Amino acid sequence: MDTTSYNLPPAAERWQTRALIIGVVALVITAVIAFFSGSLTHSGEAGVAQGEAAAAAHGSTTFLAQFFRSYLVGFLFVTGISVGSLAILMLQHLSGGSWGLVIRRILEASTRTMPLLALMFIPIIFGIHSLYEWSHAEAVAADPILKHKSLYLNVPFFIGRAVFYFVVWGALAYFLNKWSREQDHTGDPRVKRQMQNLSGPGILLFGLTVTFAAVDWGMSLEPHWFSTIYGMLVMAAWGLTAMAFTITALVVLSRHDPMSHVYAPSHFHDLGKLLLAFVMIYAYFSFSQFLIIWSGDLPEETSWYLRRLRGGWELIGLAVVILHFALPFVLLLSRDVKRNARRLVLVALLVLVARVVDWIYLIAPASHQTEGHEQSLWPMLLLDFTTMFAATVGLGGIWLWFFLRQLRQQPLLPIGAPDLDKVLAAATTSQH
Amino acid sequence: MKKSTRPATYGLMAEFDDPSAVVAAAQKVYDEGYRSIDAYSPYPIEALSEAIGVHSTRMPLLVLIGGILGLIGGYAMQYYTHAIDYPIIVGGRPFHSWPSFIPITFETTVLGASLAAVFGMLALNGLPEPYHPVFNTPNFALASRDRFFIVIEAVDPKFDRDATAEFLRGLGSREVIDVEH
Repeated sequence: MDTTSYNLPPAAERWQTRALIIGVVALVITAVIAFFSGSLTHSGEAGVAQGEAAAAAHGSTTFLAQFFRSYLVGFLFVTGISVGSLAILMLQHLSGGSWGLVIRRILEASTRTMPLLALMFIPIIFGIHSLYEWSHAEAVAADPILKHKSLYLNVPFFIGRAVFYFVVWGALAYFLNKWSREQDHTGDPRVKRQMQNLSGPGILLFGLTVTFAAVDWGMSLEPHWFSTIYGMLVMAAWGLTAMAFTITALVVLSRHDPMSHVYAPSHFHDLGKLLLAFVMIYAYFSFSQFLIIWSGDLPEETSWYLRRLRGGWELIGLAVVILHFALPFVLLLSRDVKRNARRLVLVALLVLVARVVDWIYLIAPASHQTEGHEQSLWPMLLLDFTTMFAATVGLGGIWLWFFLRQLRQQPLLPIGAPDLDKVLAAATTSQH
Repeated sequence: MKKSTRPATYGLMAEFDDPSAVVAAAQKVYDEGYRSIDAYSPYPIEALSEAIGVHSTRMPLLVLIGGILGLIGGYAMQYYTHAIDYPIIVGGRPFHSWPSFIPITFETTVLGASLAAVFGMLALNGLPEPYHPVFNTPNFALASRDRFFIVIEAVDPKFDRDATAEFLRGLGSREVIDVEH
């Protein structure tokens, strides 16, 4: 087998530069819009939320609050691709199957962006006072619930936990990538066993770290509120993001030589089924949380939904139900859509956009005081969507640049994997 | 009389050793113009179904209809019992509490779709079928182990005992045999 034949197409060089330029420009745009909106809302414009006013009182301007909230949305989206890919990578080591072999190099390249993500986390440490109410000593002192939670929710521990998550994710990614490279060179069957043995406990570690990360980065934005399924929700969200991104990357590669001869409709079919499964599991977790809180009807739990069902957010919620569940679900039921790369990639892109909208829905209302502001919230909402989408494109572009650099380093198929010829056979029989 | 129009045999069966050979052969049989054909393999080979011209079935549509009926039926059942026939106040919630109807609606959707899948499959493939002529050939038991078979039925307008047998032998089969009724 000729190893040089599974390399990234030459066009990828151009994609890489473009991704970086778009990313940097989008981040600058985010900062500029956030800056002007900050001065607008500062001068007494309607739509100043109480949370922001509080943030301003604590010494940070609304400009910073808007910027960091947008940055957080982008960060959570992009981290989802890498950490979700890590989970799917471990899953395919455990389950086997040709769907896993064709996407393995894409997943591995995604997991190798972990150092970049750790770097991207640093601005969040600087923005901690703009983002998290519990980081202000006065706020904690005045609030018995926050005081009670301060043993967990305090700045040093928050940073320490983040370091721990990145160490765990980075270590898992490091060993899985190292052994996969070894397998390429030696074809040693023991390496496969080794990767399986790490992936079992790895999935467990993934579940624990993501649950805590979800509580830290997302749930603690509203520190009074709690939901035990929130960690699972973020796991499903990240898995879904990773799956949709991987399918997109695969379809782009399948349009260029040499990979256009490798991927078969059956591969896209399997990945489409997995995408459908992730779409459904996310809807399941999300609805479970809603149903339980709605049935319980307890004030400390319903506050989260009340903020998200007022002042325009109820329409965004409806959009999430349609774009994130109903539409992809109905489309992915069709066998033809799953087997046709061109159609499948459209669904995958829809899911990626829906993921950003959903992150905005999860993060942004946390700082909006919606009661009594029903009319004035629309400009705020528009502002949120502009800066948050821009920040996601910004971080996403920079991430994509780094991802493509990683993807270039190895052949696009795991050439040392023992059952690779089955994958290649699928491609040849489908050509009849 | 019915007996006289019935062909002397059920058809001809060709036996193959490996999956890619049977797919290639099936494609040639189809391209040659034979339509009353069938293929047998120990495990599902997607390309084989494609080769003998089975591109799509009505199954997905049946399952979809079953699912939609289950969805409507499940929701209607709950709406009727909780909001019309026997309304009880539970935890201060409205009679028509749609969020709490969703889990059962989901279950009845799955139920409707699976019932449609099982019975639709039986209706469309004609099972259970106590007798089938292909079992009259000695080697056919291997179709559930490691052999692959193509059968051209005698009712096919292009079927000619000798020419068809010759054609099948030319496709690289191990053996070509007559299938008795």
